[in-house]
Amino acid sequence: MSEQLLSDFHKIIKTSKISKEEFEIKKDYLNKFIESGFPNRKQEDWKFLDISQIIKKNIGDLSFFNDYLQSNKIDTSIFVDGLEHNKIIFINGRIEKIDFNYEDQNKIQLTDETKTDVSFDYKNSLIDLNSAFTHKVFKIFIKKNYSLNKPLIIYHSTDDKIKSTNINLRLDFELGENSCLKLIDFFTNNTAKNFINIFYNFNLKQDAILKNYKIDKFKNDNLKYSFNNIEQGNNSVSETFILSAGSDYLKNEINCNLNGEYSSAFVNGVFSLKENQQHEIRTTINHLIENTKSYQLIKSVLGKNSKSAYQGKIFVNSKAQKTDGYQLSKAILLDETSEFNAKPELEIYADDVRCSHGSASGSLNEDSIFYLMSRGLNYQQSKELLINGFLLDVVEKITDSEIKNLIKNIIGLKE
Amino acid sequence: MDTREKDIEKLKDYKYGFTTDIENIKAPKGLNEDVIKFISNIKKEPEWMLNFRLKAYERLKLLKEPNWQKPKYPKIDYQDLYYYSAPKSMNDKPKSLDELDPKLLETYKKLGIPLQEQARLNGIAVDAVFDSVSVATTFKGELTKHGIIFCSMSEAIQKYPELVKKYLGTVIPITDHFFATLNSAVFTDGSFVYIPEGVKCPMELSTYFRINASETGQFERTLIIADKGSYVSYLEGCTAPMRDENQLHAANVELIALDDAEIKYSTVQNWYPGDENGKGGIYNFVTKRGICKGKNSKISWTQVETGSAITWKYPSCILKGDNSIGEFYSIAITNNHQKADTGTKMIHLGKNTKSKIISKGISAGFSDMTYRGLVDINSKAKNSSNYTQCDSLLMGNKCGAHTVPYIKNKNFDSNIAHEATTSKISEEQLHYCQTRGLNPEEAVGLIVNGFCKEVLQQLPMEFAVEAQKLVGISLEGSVG
Repeated sequence: MSEQLLSDFHKIIKTSKISKEEFEIKKDYLNKFIESGFPNRKQEDWKFLDISQIIKKNIGDLSFFNDYLQSNKIDTSIFVDGLEHNKIIFINGRIEKIDFNYEDQNKIQLTDETKTDVSFDYKNSLIDLNSAFTHKVFKIFIKKNYSLNKPLIIYHSTDDKIKSTNINLRLDFELGENSCLKLIDFFTNNTAKNFINIFYNFNLKQDAILKNYKIDKFKNDNLKYSFNNIEQGNNSVSETFILSAGSDYLKNEINCNLNGEYSSAFVNGVFSLKENQQHEIRTTINHLIENTKSYQLIKSVLGKNSKSAYQGKIFVNSKAQKTDGYQLSKAILLDETSEFNAKPELEIYADDVRCSHGSASGSLNEDSIFYLMSRGLNYQQSKELLINGFLLDVVEKITDSEIKNLIKNIIGLKE
Repeated sequence: MDTREKDIEKLKDYKYGFTTDIENIKAPKGLNEDVIKFISNIKKEPEWMLNFRLKAYERLKLLKEPNWQKPKYPKIDYQDLYYYSAPKSMNDKPKSLDELDPKLLETYKKLGIPLQEQARLNGIAVDAVFDSVSVATTFKGELTKHGIIFCSMSEAIQKYPELVKKYLGTVIPITDHFFATLNSAVFTDGSFVYIPEGVKCPMELSTYFRINASETGQFERTLIIADKGSYVSYLEGCTAPMRDENQLHAANVELIALDDAEIKYSTVQNWYPGDENGKGGIYNFVTKRGICKGKNSKISWTQVETGSAITWKYPSCILKGDNSIGEFYSIAITNNHQKADTGTKMIHLGKNTKSKIISKGISAGFSDMTYRGLVDINSKAKNSSNYTQCDSLLMGNKCGAHTVPYIKNKNFDSNIAHEATTSKISEEQLHYCQTRGLNPEEAVGLIVNGFCKEVLQQLPMEFAVEAQKLVGISLEGSVG
């Protein structure tokens, strides 16, 4: 693999204009990645789903070359209907369009850089991979006191031009004081098998609000990894909702640092998996200062041969008194072959805190099904009703009503 | 000074911290084949036993010491330890208690284990292990009447080789992890219990462990077999003298429950925890594992862990028989610089198996406490269920409390429920107790005992009283 990595790396370097310094940075990341390779089961964070095995099995040999000079055609049929929105469109890992038509252009600043260094500590070879191969880092800066009028949808799409390729992309967001951004990541359907590695950095200043909705609903054969690093200032709020249903493999990782007092983080997730899908959510919420709050709710519905995993960690620093941390994961196993794994973790160094977690898994309650059938529903309908009710609980946590309705429509949930 | 304070005064400096001057026979320092042969030879073991040890040693050479645990410790030099230490007077084994070295008897009296049968009022049969060898077993006559075998491991190897051969290493194989394999290679003594078919053991069986000599590791091995339809309750207590250096304790405990049998295993662990600056103390790296081999069998672990500089153990249940039950009740208390990483594993293999985990952790001072557990329901374990509750209590902001449960559900008929909370003693509760005339320390003692009640209830009566006292004493000086 390392030969392939090196030759693809140099191929990309040849086509892009970067300074010597930037080249050295990228080279360092590449070497770090070559040394550690794809994460595997031996690493604690990858214990449940082994990405290196999954890539080997689903894709085989991965190519790392991506031609960023060549533009791709935008298929407008993928656009979300019934919701006015700003757009960023990624096709095959290349930004094809950035459109903030609904916004005051003076309040949003866009830059792109070829320098790909990472400013925080991590132990994750996929971030090394991303930093070595990411073409450009787009930075989006929302100025003080500005709330976007419309949500921003980022489309992630691939077409049949590329296959068995590793795509890396990165976006950095900075939300100025008292600003607000609603961001939807929208993954479209396709059949090509690629490994997509997404890395977002968010920096939330005082009183800023971030709402991030990740929607992976439509069946596709891609393997995806998404990493969100969120830094939060005083009184800021981050809300993340994950719908994890479409890809063959998807791991969402959220690393959230509550640096400012009265900041809070919410992570809600839904797994709805079928045939051979393997998905995971891993969260790390670091409570670093007094009076911070976090809330996590993850629910899974698991069909035949599917597997979901939830690893959630609440870390409370000894300074972080009066922390309120909560974690709940629930799973319904529909088939003999489905599997649910959880590792809800608490690491606490302060005494005046309220932290709790819960995890429950099992099959659908036969009594409830019996009750519904006695009311005239058939078995299938009763089952669906119960599952919908189970999942609706998480969707209802979405604080933006417009987006909540959109997501309900996409999932096909009715109230 | 009221009696409680006196108690505290007496116990503040680890009550069991005395050493006894007894001449010891030691194996040469270090770990090698010769030492293993020496141990085996001095114990007059048959050849199969020596082979078992050597096989384990071969395996050990390939293994690496694990390092994923939370409490880190300085590297142990395994060549700088004595692997065998026995009181000299034991060389010619005493036939009865009267022949025991009076100094040994005195030691046990200090520990509060009167070996003299006549001194026993509550009828607990005791097997006492001093450093590496088992020195005396009480109530033999009574037990023999029921066909119960309760003796030291070395005696069992001589007298009941068939039983030992059949079961030793079946739950914790010699290919297990580093410390378990080390134990398989160099274990010196321990207790052996066999309860025949249909017998309900009429009294509590108990072992008392004590490490006396310095620079010794204690490696005892306990094997308990409950044959069909039998019942046994087994207690274990531990102490060690105060020493500046750290001492290693790596025991293996294997439980085997056949059809309809029940084993209840209770531990009150009070090894020397080191001084308030974290110097010295025991490294308690113990492997305890039970298998519910037969149908409708049950294994229940209860532990009160208040001692040791580092406690690192996970008493586990393998629920292989259909309808078998595994239980784990634990109180772990860490104070000063103590560290604990403890919990359990419940591995569900049979149908309709049930398990329950109740864990209470209390950390104070500069200590660190981790609950780490695994619940694994296999795809064949239809209609199984698990309930886990782990609560942590923190006192002060210099200590840590962590919860790391692993939950694996591969069976859609089965249910797993897990709950965990972390909190501190609320001001309201403290205030209420104080308005009723308790001083702050008594109030904390009362609240903590209430917090632990669910687990303390599981202990046999005499142990429960001792444990309750220990809970209070361990937290001494952590209030305020």
